[in-house]
Amino acid sequence: MGATPLKTPLYDWHVSHSGRMVDFAGWIMPVQFTSIIDEHNAVRAAVGLADISHMGRLRFEGPGAGVFLAELLTRRVADMELGQIRYSLVTNDEGGILDDVLVGQYHNSHGQPFFMVVVNAGNRAKIVDWIADHLPKQRAERPGEEIIWNDVSRLWAMIAIQGPRSVELLQPLVDADLKSMKYYRGAQVGILHPAAKRQGGIISRTGYTGEDGFELSLGAGIAQGVWEVLMELGKPLGVVPAGLGARDTLRLEAGMPLYGHELSEEINPFQAGLGFACHLEGYDFPGRNALLKIKNSPLDKVRIGLEIPAGRRSPRQGCPIIAGGKPVGEVTSGTHSPTLGRPIAMGYVPPEHAQTGTKLQIDIRGRMEDAEVVELPFYGRNKKKK
Amino acid sequence: MPQDLLYSKTHEWVRLSDDKQTAAVGLTAYALELLTDLVHVELPEVGRKLKAEEPFGEIESVKAVSDLYSPVDGEVVEVNQTLADNLEKLADDPYGNGWFIKVKLADQSALTNLLDEAAYIKQCEEEH
Repeated sequence: MGATPLKTPLYDWHVSHSGRMVDFAGWIMPVQFTSIIDEHNAVRAAVGLADISHMGRLRFEGPGAGVFLAELLTRRVADMELGQIRYSLVTNDEGGILDDVLVGQYHNSHGQPFFMVVVNAGNRAKIVDWIADHLPKQRAERPGEEIIWNDVSRLWAMIAIQGPRSVELLQPLVDADLKSMKYYRGAQVGILHPAAKRQGGIISRTGYTGEDGFELSLGAGIAQGVWEVLMELGKPLGVVPAGLGARDTLRLEAGMPLYGHELSEEINPFQAGLGFACHLEGYDFPGRNALLKIKNSPLDKVRIGLEIPAGRRSPRQGCPIIAGGKPVGEVTSGTHSPTLGRPIAMGYVPPEHAQTGTKLQIDIRGRMEDAEVVELPFYGRNKKKK
Repeated sequence: MPQDLLYSKTHEWVRLSDDKQTAAVGLTAYALELLTDLVHVELPEVGRKLKAEEPFGEIESVKAVSDLYSPVDGEVVEVNQTLADNLEKLADDPYGNGWFIKVKLADQSALTNLLDEAAYIKQCEEEH
């Protein structure tokens, strides 16, 4: 990014709680507080809090907002119910992935519907420009179809509350019944704490860890107060603050792609295994025609999961994947899986090498390690641990 | 931090035997604190000849892998085989049971490039 990294509203808290701060996507963020493995395990076993205020949040309202988003995103938006959230992609005209996003529809306090689109921190400027290019003033001001949109990323903090005890931790703080909130649903809620000063927030049952959990957007000014209350309330539950390091190992075990690793403008949704997020029969969006062609042609490569059953060295982004002595693909992310206790990775290979159980090798810093194609995710909360 | 050790700029420590013929090599507490979450260490075979500043192994954490550099010239005469299974305890005793290899020195000259405790602490402070 070059410029001075941005600080989230929780920056001071992180620094005063020995957060190890690093530059990430234009922000200065905690990579860990204690140990990545401890933070990871706490999220799997109890509950963890992560500052995700660096995520870009774009708010759309007005009578034309729904149709505009349907013509921007790969996923259907027009039929979304209030409080519903969908995972979607933004693609370029060639069908390459510009970003992966969550789009949710909510009611504001005046009963007016609006959409919130959550984009990756590192893609926020690119997506804001992309939207500006595709939403000329004439369209935004068309009578009866007006669209007002704002980048509210800096006004709102965002806290991920993730883990099997997240309902328990969060319930006393919000006026919605969290137990009955379904996965990929959300709501505008009141925050029941003096620190919130009667301000509300948006809560959704979503996350990037493979655990049950929530993501809470709330005003920047009240974020630290609410965070501190959650830390205090969570003590008997075993709550920990979790940094970006644990966030990465958690999402990797959950088989979730990360932009800049599994996703890029050179990768299309079908290669990435994200065909479910492409609705090609409805509205015309950038990349739709390209994606129709891609969908009806054989893929040159697909995303896979890899495990190293007998080795200890972890594959990392860029490591060549080898079949029959020849490079056939590349690792996009890899780490030591704290839950499985062995190295795992994701990467791309041609479909003939992608079958579950296929034996491949990974060239890790010049030395081969035997690897095996496994089904994604590596870890699922409803899947038995191996 | 022990005063009787020598330190490399790449955070290895060296303890000379009483006869100054053999050097035990490990990684400093400062380096271990930066690494955290160790999951693997690769050490050389006994008999391997090392040149100062040449990688002799690697240490891997959840986040990344780092090379280990030999602070001395010589031949590996002993490798700490218990290390790999006790990585989570390495930071508890980095200067004792946490040694990585012992090297029979071929040449003493590389020792003059190493830092004493005060110089090493100064370097760490500047890095921080």
